[in-house]
Amino acid sequence: MNTPPLLTVDRLVLGATAVATQVVNGVSLTLRRGERIGIVGESGSGKSMLMRAVIGLLPPAISKLGGSVRFEDRDMGDLQPEELRKLRGKGIGLIFQEPMTSLNPALTIGHQLEEGLALHTAMDATGRRDAILAMLRRVGIADPDAAVRAFPHEFSGGMRQRIMIASVMLLEPALLIADEPTTALDAVVQREVLELLHALVEEKGTAMVLISHDMAMVAQYTDRVLVMQKGVCVEEGATSELLRAPRHEYTRKLLSALPRRAPARAIAPNAPLASVRNMKLAYGSGSSAKAVLHGIDLDIHPGEIVALVGGSGSGKTTLGRIIAGLLQPNEGTLTFRGQAVNRKSGGYADYRANCQMVFQDPYSSLDPRMRVREIVAAPLRHEKSMHSTARRERVNEVLSEVGLGPQFADRFPHQLSGGQRQRVAIARALARRPDLVIADEAVSALDMTVKAQILKLLSQLQEQQGFACLFISHDLGVVEQIADRVVVMHRGVIEEQGSRDEIFDRPTSSYTRKLLSAVPMLTPADGGGIDLVWRAA
Amino acid sequence: MKTLSANAMVGGLFVGAFVIAACIGSVWTPYDPMALDMKARLAGPSTQHLLGADEFGRDVLSRLMLGASASGIVSLATVAIATVLGTALGSISGYLGGWTDRVLVAVTNALLAFPGILLALGLLAIFGANKYGIVLALGIAYTPSVARIVRGTVLSLREREFIDASRISGDSGLYTLLRHILPNCIAPLTVLTTSMFGWTLLSESALSFLGLGVPPPAPTWGNMLAAARPYLAQAAWLAIFPGLCISIVLLGINLLGDALRDRLDPKMRGMQ
Repeated sequence: MNTPPLLTVDRLVLGATAVATQVVNGVSLTLRRGERIGIVGESGSGKSMLMRAVIGLLPPAISKLGGSVRFEDRDMGDLQPEELRKLRGKGIGLIFQEPMTSLNPALTIGHQLEEGLALHTAMDATGRRDAILAMLRRVGIADPDAAVRAFPHEFSGGMRQRIMIASVMLLEPALLIADEPTTALDAVVQREVLELLHALVEEKGTAMVLISHDMAMVAQYTDRVLVMQKGVCVEEGATSELLRAPRHEYTRKLLSALPRRAPARAIAPNAPLASVRNMKLAYGSGSSAKAVLHGIDLDIHPGEIVALVGGSGSGKTTLGRIIAGLLQPNEGTLTFRGQAVNRKSGGYADYRANCQMVFQDPYSSLDPRMRVREIVAAPLRHEKSMHSTARRERVNEVLSEVGLGPQFADRFPHQLSGGQRQRVAIARALARRPDLVIADEAVSALDMTVKAQILKLLSQLQEQQGFACLFISHDLGVVEQIADRVVVMHRGVIEEQGSRDEIFDRPTSSYTRKLLSAVPMLTPADGGGIDLVWRAA
Repeated sequence: MKTLSANAMVGGLFVGAFVIAACIGSVWTPYDPMALDMKARLAGPSTQHLLGADEFGRDVLSRLMLGASASGIVSLATVAIATVLGTALGSISGYLGGWTDRVLVAVTNALLAFPGILLALGLLAIFGANKYGIVLALGIAYTPSVARIVRGTVLSLREREFIDASRISGDSGLYTLLRHILPNCIAPLTVLTTSMFGWTLLSESALSFLGLGVPPPAPTWGNMLAAARPYLAQAAWLAIFPGLCISIVLLGINLLGDALRDRLDPKMRGMQ
C-alpha cells in the first residue's frame, strides 16, 4: 500500500485555553482511502471533538493547541475558510447523532438534498433531480417523488437518518464521519440504518470514521478500532484482534461491560403480585383517538424480573405507567395482590407504597432544588409511624445499599455524575422496601461501564431484597443479562412471551427474531476478549 | 462563607440607601415637605435647599424623602399583589390543565391585550384615584404577565420525571405543586418581579403624570416628575432629581434581583 493516506492526524492536542484543560491529548491516526475505522469511548473521552477538529467545526471555547490534521495532501490548518467550506460536504461528509434536529424543519427534503449538489457540483437541475431520486430510492425511501416534496416531520427517526445519509452520500465524499449515527434510534432500526450505511460506503469506496460508545456495533462495521479514554488513545488495532485479545485494561473493561447472559434462575410459582387484564388505552378522543394498547394481559409474579421489550411506539412505556398508577386506562383492570387498584379502595395505600418506579433520565427524575437526603426521604413522609431519627437512619442505610454511602446525603443532584444520580433514584424507589419496582429504560441513558455497574447493582439488590421488577427496555442485550422472563410488545399487543432462554434461543415470532438480529451473542475468546456472533434476522 | 458578588454589593447599596431614605423621610425631613415658601420659589440647589425648591418653594429633598416611602410602598404592594395572584392563577392553570387552563388562559390573554397602563386607567376609574386604588389597579394590570410566566414554567416542569416520582411516592397534587413545582419557579419569578418593581415605579409616575396618581399635595416621585414638566426650561433640577432617584432605585433592584437569582439557584450553591 503505497498510496498516501487520506487522513493523517498527528499528535493532535485540543483544549480550552480559558481553563487550561485538554479534551484531546496527543492523538494520532492515519486513514487510507476506503478504510473504515471506529472510534470508541465513553462520554468525555474526546472522540467527537477529535472528529470535529478534522472538519474544522470545533466549538468556540475549544481550540487546537498542538499537532496537525492533513486531509489528502493539505494541512487543514493552512486552509482558508473558503477552501474549508468547499471541502466540507464534497471531501468530508458528516452524519450527526440526532436525526430529529439535523434536518431543517422548514424546508422540503428535496430542497435540502439539492442544496449540496448545487453548491458542490456542476449538475443542471434535471441532473440534480435524477441523482436525488436515485439516491432516495437507494436508501430505501418507498416513494422518492413524494419524499422530495415532503417535510422532515413527515418521516420517522429512522427514515430521517436515511435521508441524512442520502444527502451526505449524494456528494460522494472521500471521507464520511458518522458521529453516533444511530444512538437515538431503536435497536432494529439501528441495525437497518447501519447496514445501509455500510453497503453505501462499500459501494462508493468511501473511507469512514464511525464514532460510537457501542463496542459491538463498531466491531460489526469497521476494520480497525481506536479506543479513547479521557482524551487519550489507549489502544488501537484491527477490530477482530482487539476484540479477542485486548491489551489495555480499559479496553478489557469496556468489553466486560457488554451485557451477557446470567444463569437462569428458578422462580417459585406463586400467585401473581400484579396483574393486568384486557388493558386498553387510546390517546386523544373521538375520531382522532390513537390506540396505544389493544387489550394487554400480563402477570408479574413475586420476586421475578420481567422484561418488557419492543421498539418505540410499541406501548411498553405506556403499559409501565399504567401499572405504576401514573396513567388511567380507558378499559381493563389492574390488580395488586389480588385487589383491584382503585384510588378510593382500602388497598390503595398498600399498592402505592409497594409499587415504585425508576425513570430513564437521571437528569430529570431528581428535583434539582433538593439534596440527596431529602430526595431519598421524600417517600418516607408517608410512613406515618416512622420517627425522624428512624427516617434518617433508613436514608443512610438505603444510600449505602446503592453504593453511595452517607457522605453523598448532603449533595445536590447537579453535583453527582449520571451513574450516581441513577443510584439516588434507585435508593428513592427502594426507600419503602417495595414489592414491585418498575424500571423504565433505567440504564438506557448511561455510559457503557456505568450501565454495567447499575445493572449489576439492580440485580444484586433484587437478589437481596426479593422485589419483583418490571424492566422496560428496548435494549435486548441488557434484557438478556437481567431478565427471568421476557414479554415482547409490538404496536400495542403482546407479540410473544416466555422465559428468557426460550425467547432468546427459540423465538417464534418474526418480530422477535428481527429484534434479536440487532444484538450480538457474546462468547469469551481465548485471548481474554470476546467473540461476537450476530443472529440472523 | 461566600463573598458577595459585585451585583449584590452595588444593588444592595442602592436599595439600602432607598430604604434608609424612605424610613428617615417618614419621621424627619429637613423642611416641612408641605410648607410653601414663595421667596424660595424655583430656587436652584444651594446650601439652604440642597436639591433646590419647587414652584411653590417646597424643599425638593424633603419631598423626595417623603415620596420615597409613598412610592416604595405603592410599588411593593403592587408587585406583591401581582405576584401572589399571578402565581396562584398560573400554577392552577398549568398544573390542572384542561378546561380550567383554557378559561384562565383566555382571560389572561384578554387582559394582556390591553396595554397595562390603559387597563390600570380603567380600573382606577372604578376604584378611585387614591393610593389603594393605584395599588389594586396596577396589581391587577400586572397579574397576567406573572400568570403567564408561571404557567409556562409549571407546564415544562410538569413533564419532568421528578414530578412523576413525587406522585408515585403517594404525594397529593397540592403537595407536589407546593413542594416540587413552585420552588423551581423561583428563578424566572425573581427576574420578573424585580423588573416589575421598576415598571410599577414608572407606571405610578405615569399615572401621576396624567393626574390619576396619589393626589396632591402628598409627594410621590411620579407626581413630582409630573409637576416639574412646565418648569423644565427654568428649573431642570425639579425633573432631574426625582428622575435620578427612580433610575438609581431601578438599577439597584435589578442588580439585587440578578444576585438573588444566582444565590437561589442550587447549581451555584455547593460550588467551591
